[in-house]
Amino acid sequence: MSHISVKNIKLCGMAGCVPSRVEENRDYALISPEEIEKYIAATGVVRRHCAIHDGSICTSDLCQKAAEKLLEDINWKKEEIDLLVFVSHTTDYKLPATAIVLQDKMGLPTSCLAFDITLGCSGFLVGLGVMSNLMASGCFRKGLLMVGNTQSEYASPEDRSMKLLLGDAGTVTAIEYAPEGGDEINISYMSDGSGREFVILPDGGSRNPVNEKSFIMEDCGNGIRRTRLHEKMIGDEVFSYGTFYIPRVYNEMAEKFNINPDDVDFLLLHQANKFLCEKLRKKLKFPPEKVPYNIQEFGNTSGATIPLLMVTNLKDELKNRPLNLLAATIGVGFSLGVAQIKTTGNIHVSELQMI
Amino acid sequence: MELKEFVTLFAEQFDDTPADAFSASTDYKALDEWGSLVALSVISMVDEEFEKRITGADIKKCTTIEELYNLVLSK
Repeated sequence: MSHISVKNIKLCGMAGCVPSRVEENRDYALISPEEIEKYIAATGVVRRHCAIHDGSICTSDLCQKAAEKLLEDINWKKEEIDLLVFVSHTTDYKLPATAIVLQDKMGLPTSCLAFDITLGCSGFLVGLGVMSNLMASGCFRKGLLMVGNTQSEYASPEDRSMKLLLGDAGTVTAIEYAPEGGDEINISYMSDGSGREFVILPDGGSRNPVNEKSFIMEDCGNGIRRTRLHEKMIGDEVFSYGTFYIPRVYNEMAEKFNINPDDVDFLLLHQANKFLCEKLRKKLKFPPEKVPYNIQEFGNTSGATIPLLMVTNLKDELKNRPLNLLAATIGVGFSLGVAQIKTTGNIHVSELQMI
Repeated sequence: MELKEFVTLFAEQFDDTPADAFSASTDYKALDEWGSLVALSVISMVDEEFEKRITGADIKKCTTIEELYNLVLSK
C-alpha cells in the first residue's frame, strides 16, 4: 500500500450539517416489524437524516452551511482561503465541478484553487491526504476540505439493504499551513478496482449511458428490487474485503509509524454498519470506550462518517487536548484508507447544523 | 486443520442450531438458521482460523461444508 506522512499543517476546526428531515427505520412499510428490529440490531441504524431529492438540498448546500458557520466561529476571512476541495459522489452537476460552484456561491476569492474528488466512504482520508500534502509546502495557507454525500438519493425504496442504511451529511474541515507546532498525519492507502461491481450505480455514466432499460425495476432476490439507476451494494463482499484488509493495513502502518494502541485515544471507524464495525473493533483490539458510534442517528453517510463522528462525539476532546486518533475507512471502489492523526489540540467544533 | 475441526467451527457460528445437525455433507444454505449474518460470521471465522479471505460468492458457490472446506484449503 502507499503511505503518506505529513507535518506542517494544522486542523483548525470542523463542522457538519445534516438535513433536518428524518426517516425512522421503524416506519418502513415493506418488511415486518420483526424484520426491521433484526435489521436495526445488525446494522445499528435507527434513523437517518435524509433530504428530499428534488434539488432543494444538495451535498454542496450541506457543506456550505457547515462552512459558513465554521468560518464565523474560527474567524477566518474568506479572502484568505486559497484551497477548496469537495469530496463527494453527489455533485451538483456532472460538470462543472461543485467546488468551483461553491467558490462563487460562498464568495471565496478567484485566486482559490478549487476542485472535486469523486470518492465515497474513503473520501475524508483521501481528501485529507491530498490537501495536507498540497499545503505542507506552504504553497497554500488556508484550505477547506468538504466531504459529504446525499447518497440516500441512490437507494431504491424497495431495497431495504440500502434504504434503511444510507443517510445524508455534509462536513467541512478547516486546515492551515503550520510550519511549527502542526499536527502529524500518517495515512496508508489501498485502491482495488476488482471490487468495482460490489458497490456500484451501474447506469448514467459514460460506460452504461442512460437508456429505457435503466428505469426498469429489477427483481434482485430476497424481496429486493432496484433499477440500474439505484446504488447496488453486495454487503458480504464489502464485509469480506474490509475485515480482511483493514487490519492488515493497520498492522503494517502501526509498524511503519511506531503506533502503540495503548497511546491511541480513539479509533474512528467508517460507520458502514455496526456488525462490520464491531468485527473491526475486535480484530484491531480496541475497547468500546475508545470507539465512538453515531450510526444509530445518522446511518451510513459515506465520506462524511469520520468527520461527522468527530463533530457529534468528540467536540470537547478535540478542543481541550491533543489527541492521538486512528481512522479506518473501506469505501466504494474499493478505496481503503487507514490513518493516524495526532492533533495538537485546540480544534474548534461548531454546533451541528441542520437545513 | 482437519475437516472434522472445520465442521465444529462452522457449527459454532450458529446460535440456535444444535451441533449434531452439522456434518461434512450438510447443505448449509438449507439450514433454517442460515442467513446473511451467519454467512458473514463464517467469512470472519475463515479469516481468523486460516488467515484467508473467502467471499460471499465463494459461500454461494459451495453446497456442503466439505466443499467449502476444500475451497478454503485451495486458496
